[in-house]
Amino acid sequence: MTERIKKAGRHISQNEGLIFEQSAPGKRGVEFPPLDVPAIDARTALGAAYAREGVAGFPEVSEIEVMRHFTRLSTWNYAIDLGMYPLGSCTMKYNPRVNEFVARLDGIATEHPYQPQELSQGCLKILKLLLECLAEITGMDTGTLEPAAGAQGELTGLLLIRAYLEDTQGRPRKKVLIPDSAHGTNPATAVIAGYEVENVPSDERGQIDIARLKQIVNSDVAGMMVTNPSTLGVFEQNIAEAAEVLHAHGALLYMDGANMNALAGVARPGDFGVDVMHLNLHKTFSTPHGGGGPGAGPVMVKKILEPYLPIPVLEEKDGRLALDNQKRKSIGRVRAFGGNFGVLVRALAYTLAYGPGIRQATEDAVLNANYIRKKLEDVYDMPFNSPSMHEVVFSDARQKKNGVSTMDIAKRLIDYGFHPYTTAFPLIVPGAMMIEPTESESRQECDLFVDAMRAIAEEAAKNPELVKTAPHHTRVSRLDETAAARKPVLRWKPKVHGS
Amino acid sequence: MRYLPKSTAERRDMLAAIGSKSIESLFASIPEQFRLKEPLRLPAAMSEQEIIDYFRARAAENSGGYTSFLGAGIYNHLRSVVTDSLIQRGEFLTSYTPYQAEISQGTLQAIFEFQTLMCELTGMEVANASMWDGSTATTEAVLMAERLTRRHRVVVARSLHPEYRQVLDTYTRNLGLHIHEIGFDASGQLDMPRLEAAIDKETAAVVVQSPNFFGVLEQVPQLAELAHAKGALLVVSITEGVSLGAVRPPAEADIVAMETQSFGLAPSYGGPYAGVIATRDRFVRQMPGRLAGETVDSRGRRGYVLTLATREQHIRREKATSNICTNQALCALAVTIHLCLLGKEGLKEIAAQNLAKARFTLDQLESIPGVRRAFSGPFFNEFAVQFPRSVKMVNHELLRKKIIGPLPLGSSYADLTKRALFCVTETTSRAEIERMAAAVREILSKPV
Repeated sequence: MTERIKKAGRHISQNEGLIFEQSAPGKRGVEFPPLDVPAIDARTALGAAYAREGVAGFPEVSEIEVMRHFTRLSTWNYAIDLGMYPLGSCTMKYNPRVNEFVARLDGIATEHPYQPQELSQGCLKILKLLLECLAEITGMDTGTLEPAAGAQGELTGLLLIRAYLEDTQGRPRKKVLIPDSAHGTNPATAVIAGYEVENVPSDERGQIDIARLKQIVNSDVAGMMVTNPSTLGVFEQNIAEAAEVLHAHGALLYMDGANMNALAGVARPGDFGVDVMHLNLHKTFSTPHGGGGPGAGPVMVKKILEPYLPIPVLEEKDGRLALDNQKRKSIGRVRAFGGNFGVLVRALAYTLAYGPGIRQATEDAVLNANYIRKKLEDVYDMPFNSPSMHEVVFSDARQKKNGVSTMDIAKRLIDYGFHPYTTAFPLIVPGAMMIEPTESESRQECDLFVDAMRAIAEEAAKNPELVKTAPHHTRVSRLDETAAARKPVLRWKPKVHGS
Repeated sequence: MRYLPKSTAERRDMLAAIGSKSIESLFASIPEQFRLKEPLRLPAAMSEQEIIDYFRARAAENSGGYTSFLGAGIYNHLRSVVTDSLIQRGEFLTSYTPYQAEISQGTLQAIFEFQTLMCELTGMEVANASMWDGSTATTEAVLMAERLTRRHRVVVARSLHPEYRQVLDTYTRNLGLHIHEIGFDASGQLDMPRLEAAIDKETAAVVVQSPNFFGVLEQVPQLAELAHAKGALLVVSITEGVSLGAVRPPAEADIVAMETQSFGLAPSYGGPYAGVIATRDRFVRQMPGRLAGETVDSRGRRGYVLTLATREQHIRREKATSNICTNQALCALAVTIHLCLLGKEGLKEIAAQNLAKARFTLDQLESIPGVRRAFSGPFFNEFAVQFPRSVKMVNHELLRKKIIGPLPLGSSYADLTKRALFCVTETTSRAEIERMAAAVREILSKPV
């Protein structure tokens, strides 16, 4: 079977312990310029009650050891730079290196948010231009760049709805409606915003059930959080009607913009009734995922929500830009300082690289997803056959008959040189296999992926054990997660001699 | 377009394979009236060089050429080329959250090392693998204390960073938590008698920052005793991590919420940085954020996985400990690498340099007629002074000499006008300190 694996070969995987295990007293990896003022020791400066005699458990290693240690660790990771990451909903696209370069420039990386605003005009112009670009791409009026990630964007958005309702209707209302296909952050966020969550079942096509929505919406409903395209990768046909139903009852429509990669340059949420939405700059706008962040989750709003935006608010006065921290109706501050500015810089660099041509990226992303769908729909089950946009959701229904689950297929993909797709999400599809190639994949890479998926389908039929015990070519295989959770070992500890 | 790996012919062939006539037909599910007919009004596409030119032009409009004495939660420390090179390796930079452990061992082991370093630094038993920043980490620590105690009152030091307090207020306002603020005494430390009176049987947590916003160290053991006597938890927020190279860790605290920007992360006009929550083992199941744990694989080899995920939103949805998903992983990696480079000796030395430079600066300033130290408590690398004139005027004059002066405390504390917060790190040279002090002397010697 392994000769079928075209993309991946094997390479040296070096053994490497923990950095603490390489420590020896007296080594160090950094030296400082000599102190040019009189020295003072901590006990004298602070008093014995406050002073510390150094950190006992810190490693002592040289620069070359640090370089080798982390380089070796890095080779154990999969990455976009190595190949396709078909993670549905995560939009793992190419991270342009010029973005990294400009974020590190002197005058960009070196700036302090408390420095005088007349010495920060460059930073503020970057923020202004990015906000304008995002408003144009989303069709919204304005927004905030403060939120640190999508989940904080969601919270900011719901707090804006809350503030708007309190201000205009005298009460924040009680509930937020969330479709059963939503990301887990949506309900978790609603609770932190002080709302109860009412889950709304999708209709038989996996879409918003308008008839049902009409029954549910009442004066207790503050709003609805909708992901569009949905987590099935399908455009919500009834999104505008849903907005009308909500608006007729004084509630607002929130859009989770995690899937904006299907819409940029093609359609704008502001045009189909969305009142407030967040964007994930580490998805659609190419800022690197970095093994789990940092991201940024700007929130874009219609004019009616502008008075409540979190501080600081960017304003222009007499041709000079300034941050205003004194907004009477603001929901307050969601994060200290000016948001993940370095991430915002990268997102602007991405936007400037495309300009209006961002539409081409969207088209290619949708083309890739539909191509993969076409090439796999005869071997994998499609629970919903609505037209796909940037991602396609299959299920393991056929393979399950042989005891092979979506997770097994995902793990076997690793042997073929790919990162797994998203497994077991959305929750409305049992055994979901959610595939999002993004625009960054060439036809060749898509074909290799299709070959791999087809080969695995065949293996699942003829040799299910091979799939169920995958991956076979990794450093470690099927780590014991149950044991890890039962008796958590969450830090290294030195071995105690004699015990 | 250089980021897109397809030729026109390939696009055409792929469309044909799908059985679609045109790319537009792939968007037919979007109702006609919502499909854009015109190109977006965005700046014209730029080449790599044009992008660099644009950002260089913006960089030139910022503070280049100025010497700064600002800290207040963001610190200018030496950063190493090694750290920045390593975090730009594609396998770190462009990898996803390590849910697929088999092909994420690099990130997972580095997280495990991060957690260990954070425990060693803070004196806690367990640490998570990053929150968005120090302010949200502090807020999450408070929400965690609420879950642990099932109490709804929180006593917060006024000397906690003003922006951290604002974030705490934004988050807790709708959750039925009541915030009670406690002031400081002449030392700059928390007002102990007031604190003692404020803690009651409904108090979930006492929240302090140490070194606090004025740079003054708090008496953590005593604070813990007061909190624990009433069954409340002590949350210690730390904005300047380097202090832990010279200052006793807050080992008596129940939860430590720290901003790690000081360990190798650029100021970058406010972010990205990495926050962290560290706590006691027994509280771990109420802790938000990701955790890497050690385990073995099917052949008994040591490996690491994300663990205790039943706390998290993707499993628990509305019952999760937090809504956090994407965190600040790459920043946490930079912190890990930076701390490994520093090691035991380096951390001690850099902390000692900060102590020495800050004291030298204070001595220089106190020798100026009318300038005196605002608080008497022990401090690390930040301290407040009182000027005989307005801070705004002094800073305005300093700017003319290409010096960004201290932070005026009056803008956040109405009772602290004429007080200003100086920060001096190992990056500030003696010559710069002396030049600043001479400038302040000259400015204050001018007749009003």
